[in-house]
Amino acid sequence: MSGSRRSIWGRRMRKEVILTTVGLRAGYGGKPVLQGLEIEVREGEIVAVIGRNGVGKSTLMKSLIGLVPAMSGSIVYRGEAVEHLPAHKRARLGMGYVPQGRDVFPRLTVGENIAVGAAIKGGGIPEEGRQRVIGAFPILRERWSQRAGTMSGGQQQQLAIGRVLIADPNLILLDEPSEGIQPNIVQDIARNMVELNRRTGVTIILVEQNLDMIRAMAQRAYVMDKGRITASLEREALDDAAEMRRHLAV
Amino acid sequence: MDIATLAFSALYQFGDAFAFLVLSACGLAVIFGMMGVINLAHGEFIMCGAYVTAATVHAGLPLPLGILCGTLASAFVGVLVELLVIRHLYERPLDTIVATWGLSLIATQGTLILVGSTMAGVGTPFGSFQVGAYSYSIYRIVLFVAALAVLAALYALFNWTRFGVLARATIQVPHMAAALGVDTRLIYSLTFACGAGLAGLAGGLYAPTMTLVPTMGATFIMEAFVTVVIGGADVFLGTAPAGGILAIVKSGMTSWQGQLFGQIGLLIAVIIVVRVLPKGISGFVLRERT
Ligand SMILES: Nc1ncnc2c1ncn2[C@@H]1O[C@H](COP(=O)(O)OP(=O)(O)OP(=O)(O)O)[C@@H](O)[C@H]1O
Ligand SMILES: [Mg+2]
Repeated sequence: MSGSRRSIWGRRMRKEVILTTVGLRAGYGGKPVLQGLEIEVREGEIVAVIGRNGVGKSTLMKSLIGLVPAMSGSIVYRGEAVEHLPAHKRARLGMGYVPQGRDVFPRLTVGENIAVGAAIKGGGIPEEGRQRVIGAFPILRERWSQRAGTMSGGQQQQLAIGRVLIADPNLILLDEPSEGIQPNIVQDIARNMVELNRRTGVTIILVEQNLDMIRAMAQRAYVMDKGRITASLEREALDDAAEMRRHLAV
Repeated sequence: MDIATLAFSALYQFGDAFAFLVLSACGLAVIFGMMGVINLAHGEFIMCGAYVTAATVHAGLPLPLGILCGTLASAFVGVLVELLVIRHLYERPLDTIVATWGLSLIATQGTLILVGSTMAGVGTPFGSFQVGAYSYSIYRIVLFVAALAVLAALYALFNWTRFGVLARATIQVPHMAAALGVDTRLIYSLTFACGAGLAGLAGGLYAPTMTLVPTMGATFIMEAFVTVVIGGADVFLGTAPAGGILAIVKSGMTSWQGQLFGQIGLLIAVIIVVRVLPKGISGFVLRERT
């Protein structure tokens, strides 16, 4: 299991649990989409969440960050029950949310978008953080003063990721980063995220439908259906093309 | 009368109208543009600023400090109103209109009961100067400069400060701002307080020029709304140019046919602009840009 996996990067040999959900139910207008969902993620893991369209993957991400309230069940993040905290407090505890569809602030510049991400730390954009972000995504340096809404989807995706990286999160919630983006940028993003994970030990929960990206990034995966986890796949299963197609089939 | 004095007179009228439009409107524009809240109690925040200014001046403070007190008092009342009323109605814009209208009635009647039907005014400072055959109030020039200063200060606040960037992020994509750690409720409170404070500032600045009665807010509210409707949701792309255009219309019509025609001119201008640009000047500029 990943729990006892030897890591030369982390300080601890045995990784602690960073996030657990128990019996999580959440949804819209009183109707639950998540129906008692349970996951457990350890520090430093990259875990994929896969499943067909509309099974509630994005709803899971939104309820983890606090944009969709939990109706019942619990979310424990680094030992603290967070299901009743508003989104901004969860972000301040070190969760970084990169939404499906990116949601950059369209009329703010790239630099201002990143400044919003940096504001949690109280202050402007730290030079060290800026170097880290533009080191990973050099395009952001070029476009620093451009309005985010005028950029391509791939550039906006890199900005949406850079905007959370600036605050040095412990856990990144990455919702379909490959959606509508050119393959070479998808590869770029995957490579960068894996490299970041190796270097800093940041934990990543990745919602994806793109097999290449899942294989490039994830160490294991949860399969989701109708608001529940229906299977847990280890690394070897991710490489089994037939099985993966079955889980991802639209 | 030679051309220079005529030009000066026209310019003075324009500056006077511009200052009144911009100072009346900017508090309303900040609250509407940043929060989408239509604050029908705007006139009463202005009245509050004027009353507090007058009261503190009577108590012996110099006028600028009195105006500062009026501004802060309105901002403080704004914080309370946001906390007790507006905050609970963000998802219900129509209810906000009714609630702020109710507040406005309560404030007007409450002031009438508590303070009486009129309050002792404040003398207009600085006196006047002569150009050609006419004399002009120096204080009106001060008001014009104040209007420009307020616009510049707002520009700096919303573009160059951390609060400004977070406030703009919050209006553009509120849930994402929250997910990145922005306390959006705090941002809304501060923005509302800022708008209320600007209303108080307008009241304080105009307190020396008018009779202080509980319904004085009504004097401002028509022009404030006209400016915001024409300008649209953005203070800089909207309120400032709308103030400029309307000031030309108003000062032109007023010097041609008198006060009443100045007001009629404003209303006609609104009807025309709203027909051509339904989202106001700033809506048009923003659409052209993207
Ligand atoms: N804002 C909303 N209000 C009401 N229902 C919603 C809302 N967002 C999503 N839903 C519904 O919740 C269910 C789960 O949606 P969700 O976006 O979580 O699915 P998903 O697994 O992320 O799908 P996809 O792969 O298409 O992104 C769907 O039936 C959807 O119609
Ligand atoms: Mg989704």
